Amino acid sequence: MSKLSYVRTEMLPEQAPPVAQAGIVKWLRENLFSSIPNSILTLASLAFLYVILSHVLPWMFQSSWTANSLSECRSMIAAAYGEGTHGACWAVIRERFLQLVFGFYPAELYWRPIVAFILMLVALAPVLFDKLPRKMLWFSAIFPFLCFWLLWGGSIWVPIVALAGFVLGGVAYALIGAKFGNLPATIAAFLVPVLWWLLLANPVSNGLHSIIPLGLEAVESAKFGGFMLSVLIGITGIVMSLPIGVLLALGRQSDLLIVKAICVGFIEFIRGVPLITLLFVASVLLNYFLPPGTTFDIILRVIIMVTLFASAYMAEVIRGGLAALPKGQYEGADSLGLDFWQSTRLIIMPQALKISIPSIVSTFIGLFKDTVLVSIIGLLDPIGLTTNIRADAAWNGIIWELYGFIALVFFIFCFSMSRYSMYLERKLQTSH
Amino acid sequence: MANAKKMDVSDEVAIQIEKMNKWYGSFHVLKDIDLTVYRGERIVICGPSGSGKSTLIRCINALEEHQQGKITVDGTHLSSDLKNIDAIRSEVGMCFQHFNLFPHLSILENCTLAPIWVRKIPKKEAEETAMHFLEKVKIPDQALKYPGQLSGGQQQRVAIARSLCMQPRIMLFDEPTSALDPEMIKEVLDTMIELAEEGMTMLCVTHEMGFARQVANRVIFMDAGQIVEQNEPEEFFNNPQSERTQLFLSQILGH
Ligand SMILES: Nc1ncnc2c1ncn2[C@@H]1O[C@H](COP(=O)(O)OP(=O)(O)O)[C@@H](O)[C@H]1O
Ligand SMILES: [Mg+2]
Repeated sequence: MSKLSYVRTEMLPEQAPPVAQAGIVKWLRENLFSSIPNSILTLASLAFLYVILSHVLPWMFQSSWTANSLSECRSMIAAAYGEGTHGACWAVIRERFLQLVFGFYPAELYWRPIVAFILMLVALAPVLFDKLPRKMLWFSAIFPFLCFWLLWGGSIWVPIVALAGFVLGGVAYALIGAKFGNLPATIAAFLVPVLWWLLLANPVSNGLHSIIPLGLEAVESAKFGGFMLSVLIGITGIVMSLPIGVLLALGRQSDLLIVKAICVGFIEFIRGVPLITLLFVASVLLNYFLPPGTTFDIILRVIIMVTLFASAYMAEVIRGGLAALPKGQYEGADSLGLDFWQSTRLIIMPQALKISIPSIVSTFIGLFKDTVLVSIIGLLDPIGLTTNIRADAAWNGIIWELYGFIALVFFIFCFSMSRYSMYLERKLQTSH
Repeated sequence: MANAKKMDVSDEVAIQIEKMNKWYGSFHVLKDIDLTVYRGERIVICGPSGSGKSTLIRCINALEEHQQGKITVDGTHLSSDLKNIDAIRSEVGMCFQHFNLFPHLSILENCTLAPIWVRKIPKKEAEETAMHFLEKVKIPDQALKYPGQLSGGQQQRVAIARSLCMQPRIMLFDEPTSALDPEMIKEVLDTMIELAEEGMTMLCVTHEMGFARQVANRVIFMDAGQIVEQNEPEEFFNNPQSERTQLFLSQILGH
């Protein structure tokens, strides 16, 4: 009976966790050959890999970088590696590299997109990495206008006057908010800039330009192309679709019936229509609705459509994040006296966005890849350019090299986004 | 500790509820509630689950809307005017059963957020106040951690400190200890007792009868959306009048 009573005389000290047993053989055993079916699968996979690589690798490396046409390529490869060798003709990438990157942008002005790209990295950095000084965000805010000016050129007053619209909106919000309260201020903050852009922006910038003519040589949209175009459409869409998606998601939850109806209608309509249709609307139909004589840049129209399309998806993704938040978070914020926008901005959105990071990034990646669809309405993104290049007698018949290269570049962009999202998720992990 | 009860209750009214009614859809949750709370009073509200205790105290800071009757907090009439609601909420602190701390902010940020954004206090000053109250609830050393890294009792104490940082004149507690492991209940109750001793006006939904005896000047018993009985704690526990109260007390105090 004495077994029943037990008193520990000494408490156990803490010990370090056992070190995982090392050794490559042990690892192989455990992971690849742990059982007979597992071993069979391992061997089959290895055989499969071998078959693939034994074809692809020689093709990739028994190649030509220097030829100036496909036939020259073929003969060079045959001379170097023997008759009948199939090798890649990377020469097309070398010869058309600048075109694939810049489209038909004037060669002497290449510095402008390059500067814009570098500045874009600078502008994105403080948004992506919160360790950087917050003051850099001011640059991020003006960058879109600077970028627009660098790429399209023209009078410097156009972007400055456009930027002034936002400033005016902010001023209107502050002035009217102090006097008449929140709702009128919000409406004014929306209306004032729109009226400014529609009615005053043009005459004002023309006037300013005639006084102080400062500007860069203008480049028309038809000359834009290549990865520059993809990045331009993709990044603008990504950057704009997130805030619009947030507003739509909030609107969908709103108690204001009209706001809610508009948001639901917009989201459901846009999600229910293929992107291609929207792009055709942008390229053809929109002209009918605009007052005659107005020219509305095609790239701008496409960017708007792509942004709207992504925003609708973004709104639903964020709604999922909002739905996953416990009600207690709203109540905690309310009980402290935070108003709607404060609690949304400080408590609700940071958490909802964090929950939705994986889906948000998926939407971004989808959007970025969807930019190749603009080739269908005749814009010269890399896919659009392939048609051009292959129509050239010298490169007639080339397929894999071009598409493979484009795929690789897209993969690098998309994979970076995916890695960044994983970094962000790890960084925002606060539970332990 | 009994000195908490000797503290003078002023005759200044802190909360006045008159003929208040509330419905959830067609369900009549609160019926003709009349309640006056004086400054410095410490009231414990108890009653069976579903009797409307949470709903009652949530009406006081307008987390729930009432449909009939009048609620006046600190002289401000609670109407649907958002300005009034935000004003009242910043005067009235609230602690929840599940703490409702903000998991994406550090403990310190949890405590400074509302003072900075609602009271417009400079960050530095808000941080000093926050550290002061975190010391008071005895967890200044956790200030830079996140809520998910603390125990339940610590989280609830942070929640109390967070409310106190707004320098509220009234504190509401909705079952602050019922989500806690037994060994952590005491640390939270001690914090609340200390607050009571300093003369804070408190409304407390709780079933901790020891706490009620020690600090409350009044115990209110609710059932089916109504105030059934209220009395001084001694009288309330030793000599309950209504049958419902007797039944309830016999159930929670043991057999
Ligand atoms: N949001 C709600 N919608 C509908 N009924 C509710 C809601 N919240 C609470 N109730 C009901 O109101 C009654 C009172 O709830 P509550 O005040 O939480 O009770 P207590 O806190 O006393 O347990 C319960 O019957 C509950 O089911
Ligand atoms: Mg309750």
